[in-house]
Amino acid sequence: MKNADINLKVNIAGITFQNPVTTASGTFGSGMEYSDFVDLSRLGALTTKGVSLDPWPGNPTPRVAETYGGMLNAIGLQNPGIDVFIKRDLPFLKSYNTRIIVNVVGKTEEEYCAVVERLSDCDVDMLEVNISCPNVKEGGIAFGQDPKRVEAITKQVKKYSKKPLIIKLSPNVTDIGENAKAAEAGGADAISLINTLTGMKIDVERRAFVLANKTGGLSGPAIKPIAVRMVYQAACAVQIPIIGMGGIMNGEDALEFIMAGATMVAVGTANFINPKATMEVIDGIEAYLKRNNIKDINELIGCVR
Amino acid sequence: MTLAVKRTNKVLKNEKIAEGIYDMWLEAKDMASFAKPGQFVSLYCNDGSRLLPRPISICETDQSTESLRLLYRVVGKGTEEFSKLRPGDMIDCMGPLGNGFTFEGTRALIIGGGIGIPPLLELAKRLSCEKTIVLGFRDETFLVKDFEKYGSTYVATENGNLGTKGNVLDAIRKHRLTGDIIYACGPAPMLRGIKEFAMESKIKAQLSLEERMACGIGACLACVCKSVKTDPHTNVNNKRICKEGPVFYAEEVIL
Repeated sequence: MKNADINLKVNIAGITFQNPVTTASGTFGSGMEYSDFVDLSRLGALTTKGVSLDPWPGNPTPRVAETYGGMLNAIGLQNPGIDVFIKRDLPFLKSYNTRIIVNVVGKTEEEYCAVVERLSDCDVDMLEVNISCPNVKEGGIAFGQDPKRVEAITKQVKKYSKKPLIIKLSPNVTDIGENAKAAEAGGADAISLINTLTGMKIDVERRAFVLANKTGGLSGPAIKPIAVRMVYQAACAVQIPIIGMGGIMNGEDALEFIMAGATMVAVGTANFINPKATMEVIDGIEAYLKRNNIKDINELIGCVR
Repeated sequence: MTLAVKRTNKVLKNEKIAEGIYDMWLEAKDMASFAKPGQFVSLYCNDGSRLLPRPISICETDQSTESLRLLYRVVGKGTEEFSKLRPGDMIDCMGPLGNGFTFEGTRALIIGGGIGIPPLLELAKRLSCEKTIVLGFRDETFLVKDFEKYGSTYVATENGNLGTKGNVLDAIRKHRLTGDIIYACGPAPMLRGIKEFAMESKIKAQLSLEERMACGIGACLACVCKSVKTDPHTNVNNKRICKEGPVFYAEEVIL
């Protein structure tokens, strides 16, 4: 089978993506730093770092720590705010032939809605609402741990959004299925999961926390089995498409998520280890299809039940 | 556009030169020829459980063999893994990263402390002006002979083992050392002291900072330092050490 005979295109909320691979928010900036290493036009979509209404300075340092097979981060959503994003980052992104998913953050419901409203007339493809960041005191995860609040904020943000909406769910919950259903009931067009798991690391020599924020979000291959399980549970609970992520390092990792029920996948921490990780994931998926004589990636979505 | 590349490089040499300090030469085509003093490389572990690259400053380059010298201290499992590499072993490497020192002035005062000393060697080698070099150590010294080739070199040791007993500033005051530009790299308390000394003496100072990093290319925003003016990335007061740095003017940053 030739590569040209293989279909990697997937569809979410009526939007066609040239392949199922995007970037996990916060690991790829707005793409600028990675454009020296990869052709951004090859990405299925580029998901930006979280954008808030005003610039956010983020948390004190140290902001990262390595753990066995993973890493903790507590960046605290440092970002330049929506004005700079629209003026500087968006024109840069538009110079590439890829879909753009803008991740939206806020301290209050009003702030989420204001950012979403600003983006409604911009040339972006989808919005991803981050209600699952474990590293900020207000906003973030506060909206994402109670299904009632998940449904409420989804409904509210949906009113202001002219773009299809992805709700990014937190794994720091008892029942991921309930939260997935809440997002669906609120009108989400898709859900993405998982955000990072809240973790902690202690330096025993210094008898102190390694991160200035004490806790941070755990990511990387260490969390992949949890992420695959949660994507599977969410896929069993809802009809809307899922963007799966959590420790994807290569094509086979990505295929686990797709077989568990994800329509698209996001590569996150792997970008820090290998700036070309996204390209290798796309190539790995394609090679798998070729090797197994499968013509269409869509045949594999949720194929393991 | 950065000139950084990621590739697998061959270890040419890797020897212990002091307690916990290793001296590594790497074959580094496409890196050595672009590398500027003060830049760093990201070194990746072969053990997959250790994900993040270790940022290591470039100590010296050899253009004729296109190789890089990296001097590092074993501080954890990652650097311990590096210390076990033998000539002929391969290691993933990305670089050169960050911005190096800017050459200026006519009388350079080069000040290094501990594992902050290595990046100053390539600087001392390439600066053509008059150079005074001050190196501070806890006890055991390293690289002193390498520096002596490039300028008058003064040493300070905390235990008085060699040179002035005390720190680099004690040596500077004792010998009344001065210049019209300071280049410094070392632990944060040393850099704070040098910033103060530079302000008092009205000497311009370039300081090389460090912080825990993840991506090394400016995307993850882990390694920021507080800056006086707003930064070009986020418009707050957080400059990225890996991207806008690691070298900053003393007056630019809050230490």
